[in-house]
Amino acid sequence: MASLRCFFRSGRNAISVVLRREFHKTSPATLQVTVRDALNQAMDEELERDERVFLLGEEVAQYDGAYKVSRGLWKKYGDKRIIDTPISEVSKICLSIIFAIFFLSLTPPGCVLYRLTVMCAGLRPICEFMTFNFSMQAIDQVINSAAKTYYMSAGLQPVPIVFRGPNGASAGVAAQHSQCFAAWYSHCPGLKVLSPWSAEDAKGLLKSAIRDDNPVVVLENELMYGVAFELSDEAQSKDFVIPIGKAKIERPGNHVTLVAHSRMVGFCLDAAAVLAKEGVECEVINLRTIRPLDTDTIEASIMKTNHLISVEGGWPQFGVGAEICARIMEGPAFNYLDAPAIRVTGVDIPMPYAKILEDNSVPQIKDIIFSVKKTLNM
Amino acid sequence: LPSLITPLPHFLHTGATRVLMFQRTSTGSRVVVASRTYADFTPQATFDIKKCDLHKLEEGPPLQAVLTREEGLQYYRTMQVMRRMELKADQLYKQKIIRGFCHLYDGQEACAVGIESGINRTDHLITAYRAHGYTLTRGGTVREIMAELTGRRGGIAKGKGGSMHMYAKHFYGGNGIVGAQVPLGAGVALACKYQGKNELCVCLYGDGAANQGQIFETYNMAALWKLPCIFICENNKYGMGTSVERAAASTDYYKRGDFIPGLRVDGMDILCVREATKFAAEHCRSGKGPILMELQTYRYHGHSMSDPGISYRTREEIQEVRSKSDPISLLKDRMISNNMASVEELKEIDVEVRKEIEDAAQFATTDPEPPLEDLCNHIFSNEPPMEVRGTNPWAKLKSIS
Repeated sequence: MASLRCFFRSGRNAISVVLRREFHKTSPATLQVTVRDALNQAMDEELERDERVFLLGEEVAQYDGAYKVSRGLWKKYGDKRIIDTPISEVSKICLSIIFAIFFLSLTPPGCVLYRLTVMCAGLRPICEFMTFNFSMQAIDQVINSAAKTYYMSAGLQPVPIVFRGPNGASAGVAAQHSQCFAAWYSHCPGLKVLSPWSAEDAKGLLKSAIRDDNPVVVLENELMYGVAFELSDEAQSKDFVIPIGKAKIERPGNHVTLVAHSRMVGFCLDAAAVLAKEGVECEVINLRTIRPLDTDTIEASIMKTNHLISVEGGWPQFGVGAEICARIMEGPAFNYLDAPAIRVTGVDIPMPYAKILEDNSVPQIKDIIFSVKKTLNM
Repeated sequence: LPSLITPLPHFLHTGATRVLMFQRTSTGSRVVVASRTYADFTPQATFDIKKCDLHKLEEGPPLQAVLTREEGLQYYRTMQVMRRMELKADQLYKQKIIRGFCHLYDGQEACAVGIESGINRTDHLITAYRAHGYTLTRGGTVREIMAELTGRRGGIAKGKGGSMHMYAKHFYGGNGIVGAQVPLGAGVALACKYQGKNELCVCLYGDGAANQGQIFETYNMAALWKLPCIFICENNKYGMGTSVERAAASTDYYKRGDFIPGLRVDGMDILCVREATKFAAEHCRSGKGPILMELQTYRYHGHSMSDPGISYRTREEIQEVRSKSDPISLLKDRMISNNMASVEELKEIDVEVRKEIEDAAQFATTDPEPPLEDLCNHIFSNEPPMEVRGTNPWAKLKSIS
């Protein structure tokens, strides 16, 4: 079963939804759902629940989404709720932000009741980037108009907006389409940054993001879209949300803490399975949220295992791993470390195209295993 | 006389004036079945071309174009190479030998070849990601281009760039981010003006990119500083899956430059494109500043290899363009009906082209991948060797300029 899970997680196969309903008294009914379908469900449910939610982006409507994440939504909700935009990143973001705060300037200030009404009257856009690489064209708006506005207005103008799309490396898409923006967005106060891994993460986190009254960046992963996971009964519910800012321990262990986000969580679990055969039990933490970072969970884990390795797909300098290491240094868990905390990251180069070069530009399972062994002095 | 042994009719150019067509008989001997002299072929002809719609221009390009036999054969050959190369790339992609993004140019050959014939090799050109055709016209070989698509060390970017990042002398790619190449093109034009070598920059973008804000910023600066820049919008009617009507408040892309004069050109007619480009180049070189050309063209493939291209347009539409406006067919018909070339001659060119593409594909599939030592090279220019962090702190990789 573990190998089957490895198989699913590594994404080597795109597995379509397989319904497995077991009418068994003891085991709960689970469903095999791909990350793509989980995201689709999350948006579908939130669009249904709240009239103010709508989706805009390139090819999201009639094309069913560049990666088919919004498949069927335009047919169900129509032009008003699912909007195809021209290729204009900056205006798309601007318009979304304005939609989110729209009614605020039209009503007279002063009344608390009006403020509540007005916040409810603002729309709640989901703004899709075809990939986060294109968000660089509009990043000024994301930071300066979305992230900072609530602060600059001293609480007058919240910006309930979700930016979502695939982030990080894909397969053979070369330097301009493979960058990880986790560190870029997480650097900024005023933004929340989520990075789901499994289908459950995708669904719960996206729903939380849509319901959150603040700008939230959801960093998906194109290579994970087609990967299927078991979705528990609880996760299938229309009110299933995952709290923002809370990491999840995917696999408990005693010897070393592996902290990762997105696709690398799967790699860590695969590495852990291999290491378990040699008697090394890794505790794998799925960050789920990059900002705000769940330092407590990481610290508690280090106090148990005494060793830390962070794993990410992005570049090392000023990255997610760098932040984790810095926080551990500054906090109580430092005294529990038996060895320096280590980062496993992408290679510090623009992403090459040739397969052999690309494969060697991102962490592989063997790199994680190697780092664990070095850290544990094996 | 050297013997050409083939069952097909073959040609022998004897001296400079006579073309003999042979065929093998059942007994194996060769007989001359036809004999034509170059004197039989029309050395050049004048063709009427479509009038361009003009914006802020008193006069446009001429309404007639002169085509010589040599030019015609050269354009035909280049367009055919481009067509076959793209179709071969399609095949290799489906075999998973090419991976990632692959945006094919077939249908738009008249644009690339026409533009190149209207400018000098010393001029500059930049385009977006549908760039294989331009890489070819700007001096890349088919072998280099295909080996880049398959990610091998013989690729024009040593396998590190891929489909969207091919470069050559005076050709600045191959750019993946929509619209980003336009300000870059204006920058090249600024450099041209600065260096005073009477060169210009051709800056291409598509109908999808035409709605990008940075393009309008570029128009402003190019016009203000009178940069020698030819902006060219290749309007193939669809930005990925979005038709122009659904994306643009105004689909008169040649007018979108507002204060920049513009012309709308039939992008399926290579002579039209060539004359318009010459006109535009003359405009720039005379110091009048930038000019905008909209080429009305069409792509047969979808946006990229992952787009079947039929969810937002009909097969009938594609078929109609193929049968009525194919750029290669248009040129071929013109040449044949004006006796500038024979059907057989063009067929022979086709055979040669096919062979060239096969040879290039063979190279592209057998050439080895780049060596791992190359992974971290080319980060900085003109820099002493440095160390690059690998995936973990113990992996110290070497980087050379």
